[in-house]
Amino acid sequence: MMRLSWFNIVSLTLGFAFLYLPILILVIFSFNESKLVTVWAGFSTRWYGELLQNEAFLNAAWVTLKVAVFSSTLATVLGTMAAYVIVRAGRFPGRTLFSGMIYAPLVMPEVITGLSLLLLFIGIGLDRGVLTIVLAHTTFSMCYVSVVVSSRLVTFDRSLEEAALDLGCSPFEAFRLVTLPIIAPAVIAGWLLAFTLSLDDLVIASFTAGPSSTTLPIKIFSAVRLGVSPEINALSSILIAIVTVGVITASLVTKRNALRQKHEEQAAARAQ
Amino acid sequence: MMRRFFLIAVPYAWLLALFLVPFIIVLKISLSDTALAIPPYVPTVEWGQVREFLSQLDFENFVWLTQDDLYWKAYLSSVQIALLSTLMTLAIGYPVAYAMARAPEEWRATLMMLVILPFWTSFLIRVYAWMGILSNEGFLNQFLMWTGIISAPLTILNTNAAVYIGIVYAYLPFMILPIYATLDRMDASLIEAAEDLGCSRVSAFWLVTVPLSRNGIIAGCFLVFIPALGEFVIPSLLGGSRTLMIGKVLWEEFFNNRDWPVASAVAVILLLILIIPIVLFQRNQQKQAEAEP
Amino acid sequence: MPEKIFAPWNDPDQKPLIRFQNVTKKFGDFIAIDDLSLEIYEREFFALLGPSGCGKTTMMRMLAGFETPTSGSIELAGKNIVPVPANKRAVNMMFQSYALFPHLTVWDNIAFGLKRSKMPKDQIAARVDEMLKLTRLGKFARRKPHQISGGQRQRVALARSLAKAPKLLLLDEPLGALDAKLRQDTQFELMDIQETTGTTFVIVTHDQEEAMTVASRVAVMDEGKLIQVATPDRIYESPESVYVADFIGDVNIIEGRASKQGEDLYRVDWAEGQAPLVATSDREFSEGQTCHLAIRPEKIAISAEKPAEADNAVQGSILDIAYLGNLSTYHVELPGGMIIKAQTANTRRLSRRSFTWEDTVWLSWTATGAVLLAE
Repeated sequence: MMRLSWFNIVSLTLGFAFLYLPILILVIFSFNESKLVTVWAGFSTRWYGELLQNEAFLNAAWVTLKVAVFSSTLATVLGTMAAYVIVRAGRFPGRTLFSGMIYAPLVMPEVITGLSLLLLFIGIGLDRGVLTIVLAHTTFSMCYVSVVVSSRLVTFDRSLEEAALDLGCSPFEAFRLVTLPIIAPAVIAGWLLAFTLSLDDLVIASFTAGPSSTTLPIKIFSAVRLGVSPEINALSSILIAIVTVGVITASLVTKRNALRQKHEEQAAARAQ
Repeated sequence: MMRRFFLIAVPYAWLLALFLVPFIIVLKISLSDTALAIPPYVPTVEWGQVREFLSQLDFENFVWLTQDDLYWKAYLSSVQIALLSTLMTLAIGYPVAYAMARAPEEWRATLMMLVILPFWTSFLIRVYAWMGILSNEGFLNQFLMWTGIISAPLTILNTNAAVYIGIVYAYLPFMILPIYATLDRMDASLIEAAEDLGCSRVSAFWLVTVPLSRNGIIAGCFLVFIPALGEFVIPSLLGGSRTLMIGKVLWEEFFNNRDWPVASAVAVILLLILIIPIVLFQRNQQKQAEAEP
Repeated sequence: MPEKIFAPWNDPDQKPLIRFQNVTKKFGDFIAIDDLSLEIYEREFFALLGPSGCGKTTMMRMLAGFETPTSGSIELAGKNIVPVPANKRAVNMMFQSYALFPHLTVWDNIAFGLKRSKMPKDQIAARVDEMLKLTRLGKFARRKPHQISGGQRQRVALARSLAKAPKLLLLDEPLGALDAKLRQDTQFELMDIQETTGTTFVIVTHDQEEAMTVASRVAVMDEGKLIQVATPDRIYESPESVYVADFIGDVNIIEGRASKQGEDLYRVDWAEGQAPLVATSDREFSEGQTCHLAIRPEKIAISAEKPAEADNAVQGSILDIAYLGNLSTYHVELPGGMIIKAQTANTRRLSRRSFTWEDTVWLSWTATGAVLLAE
């Protein structure tokens, strides 16, 4: 095993301290008694309690959750279809434009995406609200889903699908019974990514939201513009905790499955 | 055959309607006159009348952008901020990625997860976390004064310095991941071979490791530079009123001045500026994909 | 012995199971299959043999329904199957990668095709158990593909493709992923299973030994064309072209000019100052026609003295000896610089071997031992 040199240890320590200290400080001070966020005045969960009574935040959270669930589900369906088209459909008229439109939103500044969608919704007379945010979020997150799913599809052994056809499946059955179960982890990862993107998005939601459909990031942003507040610290800490638990669980499960598979493969090879 | 048509048509139609058409509308509005009506623009271009279209093209908004030096400065300072912060991210990200790739195998998955974790955490919250650190009575100033390095608090929040810190912090994972990926794939015996052939450790690093991680460096730089250029959240939370970044200008033009045609013209030009790095990035990725069958 | 008389291709009354008629397949400008016609009979174990890129896999994929011929027709039991999609053909395929569904158990993999055909549940179970017994996989029914060894996976793939009792089973390099020892055992197992089930097998392989071992007939392919279709012994003993002679086994090729010497007997002048060679041939050669004499190394005898009654004898010196255990191959250089390989069985122990490097020796063979070929 390689040993880490001092230089490497210092890089790792400083690098990860830089990445995590700000978050850590934020979480610690969410338990601060004082309203002054930078002076420690003793431990308290007071701000969490106040947060739970803040109707505006709770409403915004509910809107955000609705938008995220709908848009990520829709984006997963559309993104998986798009990935299939990119990897499998071969040539068709307008293919270049299609793949361009799949990749462009990934690098498009959010302000432009938001602005252009807003102008569209006004142009066709669609009232801004939950629906418009869902449409907007679906559009940009389906591109992320399609990137995640297509990178899995590229390495997918096509003969598995051919075997399914050979054994009497229709093309759709082959997809449902063979392809989908095998690429499911990528599809789920795509959904989670879309869900998180929707949950986090401030800029596009600001353009496409109506007055009655304020999302949590919009709410946080307008509160934060006025300065640091302990309530926002508490809210942030809750969100961070959810994400952390989710990511750690997911990576532990993946790691365990990979280990088990490796173990079983070795056992099978030995038994031969 | 029907099935294939349906499979292609659905996502295609969606993207046409909600990506391409809106963008054409932006282009159209950027060529319109401002009016105080709602929607606050008067279309000067009617679709389907191509001949008239060409004679009626109204570049007034673009001319306006060149005349008011606010826009020039905003573009230039966006490019400058994005470029400098990309270089700073590289300077911080490379050693971290390198150390990760040299770390014992059983640590790597965990380190990798630690880099990805912030990526899943809300961008807004991560930027917000710095507000409490950088303010005049914030933790950084408290710490520096406690150590005695400074005697009066430094003004960092609401300056460009805070914007640089914010960008480096927010986009560091994007720099670390591609570099780590190339370093991780690198055959460790290459370094041994270089040392065997007479390189010192340092020269082996410069002559072997760095050239071999070139693709990761390029990918990382683009992944930081491109979104940083159009960034809005960081300059508006950490920057001051004098921080000029084009994303922020667009936002203000739209929401505060309600000048939709000018906002659209700003968007069009931002995109024109972005096209160059995007195309370069795409080429680099393609070249890389071809090199590794 | 039924095998002796199994030769439906010689029987004009037999109807072929598969008939390729003037089939051409192009991929863009590339011609993968070039105006090819071929007939395969019921219960045959038919091998498509050739180097990679010769079109053998394309032939198989056209039979399975994954490729459509650009022109020509393919008949299965008298019906044109070109318009029939893969999932509606009574043809099953065993894939080179096995293509086992990783998310399904061995049992579910084998039952997969049966479930698609709306078979009643109890019949499915019975059929799967039958297949498990046939391939000796009973113990592994509940395992997933990654939990069994490579050889077991190969048998699952075979069981899965046989489960629907197809009229025709296609095997794409079925043994390619197995190691040498396992491959030999599996070859015999495949032949047994083919015989028990009475299914027609078409196997694609680049391994000539494998094709010779398992097949009732072998088709040697090159650049989208059939070079020769015959039984393994005829492919080996009487190749019709230098390509086939060279592709199958080891061979010495001597180029020369033929002239008729008598009934089916030709003289071959092949080098200045060398005595002409003689060979029998039922092919006609015109006077002075360029010809190639193909001689298998094991048909050449090696001796210290010039053999008295040999039809052909040439002298040379030993350049190299490859000791293979059961056999030794001698590389003998003739005065003109040509190198001839001769093989002898090592019936005696090595220490008593009679020849060594740089010995001058005589090589001899009979007039019937060599094959005279035009090209």
